[in-house]
Amino acid sequence: MSEAPTNPMRDAIQSAISENPVILFMKGTPEAPACGFSARTVAILKTLDQKFAAVDVLPDPRIRQELSSLSNWPTIPQLFVDGELVGGCDIVTEMFESGELAQALGVEDGEAPAAPQPATVQAAPLGIENRL
Amino acid sequence: MSATNDELKQRIEAGIPGARADVTGDGHHFNAIVSAEAFRGLPRIAQHRLVYDVFGTELGDRIHALSIQTREPNQ
Repeated sequence: MSEAPTNPMRDAIQSAISENPVILFMKGTPEAPACGFSARTVAILKTLDQKFAAVDVLPDPRIRQELSSLSNWPTIPQLFVDGELVGGCDIVTEMFESGELAQALGVEDGEAPAAPQPATVQAAPLGIENRL
Repeated sequence: MSATNDELKQRIEAGIPGARADVTGDGHHFNAIVSAEAFRGLPRIAQHRLVYDVFGTELGDRIHALSIQTREPNQ
């Protein structure tokens, strides 16, 4: 049993994480979250007026599988900032309440928010949605 | 067979050296507040990973959802 030399799904996830300064892997979409934890995480990012890319993991189970294997994090949602996993809903909530999240996102003290994200055109199979 | 609060508590406390866990839940969705000496000095994300690692692939399956708050002892 030999493994395929390339893994397009994993590569697509890795590129999405690298190319988007703030990216949320979630169940459903920011407009229609399909899980309470994803909904809460989206609500926090919106409260901070943070632009973010979003990927719905539900359409293809392989997204979640590859993401979790790549991030070593078992649950959804997963928030990445500058290519690093920040955490899931619990950590995002705790960091929001303590002010650490604003700091991590660079939006503390009313400073200019992180650089606006360019609209990324994402090839299948990942659907990336930019929140503008 | 669904999981119980007691089972989760015991497994966390057995799986993480020196851990104390308070677990509430309804058999599917659980909340665990865990304090452990093993957490000291670790970033929050690594603390949560230690708890997730106790359950592995049961998460999202038998244990539908597990919320975690981690604390260093005396914090």
